[in-house]
Amino acid sequence: MLNFWRNGWLSTATVLIMTVTLVVWTSIFLLNVVLTSVLDVLVEKVDISVYFNLGAKEMDILALKSKLEGMGEVNSVEYISAEQALPIFKKRHADNDIFIKSLQEIGINPLEASLNILAKNLSQYPAITAFLNQDQYKGIITNITYTENKDAIDRLSNIIKVLRESGVAASLILAFIAFLVAFNTVRLAIYSAREEITVMKLVGASNWFVRGPFIVEGVLHGVVASIISFMIVIPGIGFLGPKLFDFLPNINLVSYIGDNFWPLLLFQTLGGIILGVFSSWVAVRKYLKV
Amino acid sequence: MIRFEHVSKIYNSHSVALKSVSFEVKPQEFVSVVGRSGAGKSTLLKLLIAEEKPTGGRIFFNKQNILKMPAKELPFLRRQIGAVFQDFKLLPNKTAYENVAFAMEVAGKSEAEIQNDVGRVLDLVGLKNKKDNFPRELSGGEKQRVAIARAMVHRPSVIVADEPTGNLDPINTWDIIRLLIKINELGTTVILATHDKEIINALERRVVSLENGVVSRDENPGRYILS
Repeated sequence: MLNFWRNGWLSTATVLIMTVTLVVWTSIFLLNVVLTSVLDVLVEKVDISVYFNLGAKEMDILALKSKLEGMGEVNSVEYISAEQALPIFKKRHADNDIFIKSLQEIGINPLEASLNILAKNLSQYPAITAFLNQDQYKGIITNITYTENKDAIDRLSNIIKVLRESGVAASLILAFIAFLVAFNTVRLAIYSAREEITVMKLVGASNWFVRGPFIVEGVLHGVVASIISFMIVIPGIGFLGPKLFDFLPNINLVSYIGDNFWPLLLFQTLGGIILGVFSSWVAVRKYLKV
Repeated sequence: MIRFEHVSKIYNSHSVALKSVSFEVKPQEFVSVVGRSGAGKSTLLKLLIAEEKPTGGRIFFNKQNILKMPAKELPFLRRQIGAVFQDFKLLPNKTAYENVAFAMEVAGKSEAEIQNDVGRVLDLVGLKNKKDNFPRELSGGEKQRVAIARAMVHRPSVIVADEPTGNLDPINTWDIIRLLIKINELGTTVILATHDKEIINALERRVVSLENGVVSRDENPGRYILS
């Protein structure tokens, strides 16, 4: 305990490096949260629509809808009848005179009823399409948009897969580098105490007697570093969160932090303590072999 | 009390510190180990406090083979053998009092016991009035006396001193040697490693001479004779 204050500069440096490490760890974690929700938003934007010919009975369409809903791959199915489709079409093309005028000339509703299908996973669309392509439905289905959008969906699916995997890999590498920096700082700090450790051993100190203070010091460094890092991260989120929210309305980091305050604090403090204790333990071990 | 049986220490094929060294030290003896630099004096003492392990042979302390001792018991061995080094090995951030007290804290002694014993042993080495000074504020002779006080505080049965006067001027040298004689007369075995001819010849005690890692003479009383 006394050493913590007597080696003022060394302790300060160690705590600062550990703080940086913890901030890096937390930032990586939050970046992954952001990346995951961005990707989730993208995935939700992809769906397929099935159009039915004008002669299709609503009863058959609803029967198909409930069959689809029973499939494991399907997240949700939305039914849009021909009557509902008309106002949607008019609204979407309100500023296009030609479309509106032609609609009026026809006099009847030419739009087809449709089902909007959202899969649980991008890779499941081919299976759903295959199900819809069965002969029994050929009579009522006029068009499945998947065939048109197949390339785009496949490409997006690949990009998302690569982003998820590389995000995890990059995070692990960065986190490991941050760990190495902190670990070596602690090792240097203990290197400066190596003669003291030797003397302790030579006057008859047991390994635990020597190790104890360093472990306590490691815990202290970890706790102080986690407190400082939290004091950096929280205002940081307060500043960046709203900006990100303007940009990507689906991601509200401020409320995420609010919901996960205690787990995050625990994550940081435990991370700091484990970092401090592990580094001290390994570093001291080398000099205990007298 | 202490017995070396055919002890060898080989660092590598070019550097053989000890070759089949055997001798015995009886309780309350004052033994000087002499030899030129590199003759193996320091290695011999390091083996006794298990700071290093021999390549071959056996070392007994109170009939116990210290090479068979589990690492857990080494601290207890070291509390029974007080060690004094040429470079003092004091902790620079602790005062004279704290340096001595530290050796007792290590053994888990009570605060009252520590206060009592540390005061007594600092008195013995004549440093009672410098107990609050840090090592950097002490002369070489004073530092060595603190180190001797630290070695004595466990009331060990043996003191091993490795060139304790190597860094001291003649006056301080004799202070330290007189202190070691006094400690020996109070009943503690002393093993002194030195290459100081004058000290050896004036002591008129047992002398074990080491040459090239071999015991060349073992006489009581002995003189400083190296071929």
